[in-house]
Amino acid sequence: MSNPTDLQYTAEHEWIAAGSDTARVGVTAYAADALGDVVYVDLPAVGTVVTAGEPCGELESTKSVSDLYAPVTGEVVEVNEAVDADPSLVNSDPFGKGWLFVVKVTATGELMDAAAYDALIAGA
Amino acid sequence: MTTPSATPRLTPLHDVHAALGASFTDFAGWQMPVRYGSETAEHRAVRTAAGLFDLTHMGEIELVGPGAGAALDHALVGRPSAIGVGRARYSMICAEDGGIIDDLVVYRLAEEHYLVVANASNVAVVAPELVARAEGYDVSVTDTSADWALIAVQGPASAEILAGLTELDVPSLKYYAIDAGTVAGIDVLLARTGYTGEDGFEVYCRPADAAAVWDALSKAGQAHGLVPAGLACRDTLRLEAGMPLYGHELDRETTPYEANLGRVVVLDKPEGFIGQAALAKRKEQGPQRTLVGLVSTGRRSPRAGYPVVDPATGAEVGVVTSGSPSPTLEKPIAMAYVPPALATPGTRLQVSLRGTLEDADVVELPFYKRTS
Repeated sequence: MSNPTDLQYTAEHEWIAAGSDTARVGVTAYAADALGDVVYVDLPAVGTVVTAGEPCGELESTKSVSDLYAPVTGEVVEVNEAVDADPSLVNSDPFGKGWLFVVKVTATGELMDAAAYDALIAGA
Repeated sequence: MTTPSATPRLTPLHDVHAALGASFTDFAGWQMPVRYGSETAEHRAVRTAAGLFDLTHMGEIELVGPGAGAALDHALVGRPSAIGVGRARYSMICAEDGGIIDDLVVYRLAEEHYLVVANASNVAVVAPELVARAEGYDVSVTDTSADWALIAVQGPASAEILAGLTELDVPSLKYYAIDAGTVAGIDVLLARTGYTGEDGFEVYCRPADAAAVWDALSKAGQAHGLVPAGLACRDTLRLEAGMPLYGHELDRETTPYEANLGRVVVLDKPEGFIGQAALAKRKEQGPQRTLVGLVSTGRRSPRAGYPVVDPATGAEVGVVTSGSPSPTLEKPIAMAYVPPALATPGTRLQVSLRGTLEDADVVELPFYKRTS
């Protein structure tokens, strides 16, 4: 599967799309595929401050519950209401309509580019 | 993460699954397809059309000889000697203390020939246990797991799919019956059994023939909406059907009575059986905990191991054994052990979901029952 080159990635299989001072966050196609059908997403509320590398929510699939890790530090300024209503968007369009939330970034965690992430999941 | 032990075994259909794009999981020492695409779609296909499963990991033990029936009567909680030739029964093998060693399907293939199907995770225990328990009976007990591949076709369209491939009279093959014949010209045992809550068939064939049987079923099923189906949907299908899974609802600490499966125990077998005294006592005393169905009112699902709480006292009173979002009911369902006083349908309980209490109501099992 191809990971978009204009995104940055974490070892926890989140992606971020960096804006001027915000970052949109989602999980990768690899993560969505590993989870199976996502049936519930528990996202941090708008106004919450999340910390890079710390759990900030949950993704629940038919088979399992997985922590969602914040890839960056900052205040959550927007959450994807559509994915709350229809969690299967995480599976069907993980890099697009399945985005999860937007953070006003004050610090970033360890991020990698698409090539490094490709290599990570190839070795997984 | 799971600790990989030995290299997992591959079924004779492994390459077929890989070519279909399956995701695999290690299960009881086997690498098995967990899903091919969406497990929810596979689940729905089995409920509405048909699904094709590779169940080769299941264990087969054969008993042959004039003492086979008597040996099984002694070894198991049921009475296999009373099973008619060509029929099958759900049964259990229990320890002396009544704890469940495994749950089994026992087929009587001939007057003096039984096929016992054990869970993959337990066959290494069940086979030697049956050998030991058959000592003194005129019977040979053999673990023939390596001689059998098992392919299941489950779902309302399965009878029609099979009917086009076999000379056997599919409509007259009863539920929990088995017959020897051919599928696509290949020698098989065709059983009308399954673990999904739907009508369905299990096809026992030689491993070398498995790919040809799979291929024939797959092709014949296409027009009927049959899809390959993995272990993920097998688990949600059996959960909706209220069927126990060893290691979840059943284990060595549990007797058939806690699991509401006392009906499989024939206590009054005159020759006695292993576990009889303990089971008779447990029946008389009544179980301390009992298996119930729970339907959660929230969106998050109870999962195996989560505590069950009595809202009246806030005390932990039980534990969830299996739980998942139900594709058919479209809400979270679970099975759990709770005290008998809290087991009445309609009782409001709570499940601790990673620290948050979520309401869950006790319901009658099964969650799902097929209409025809």
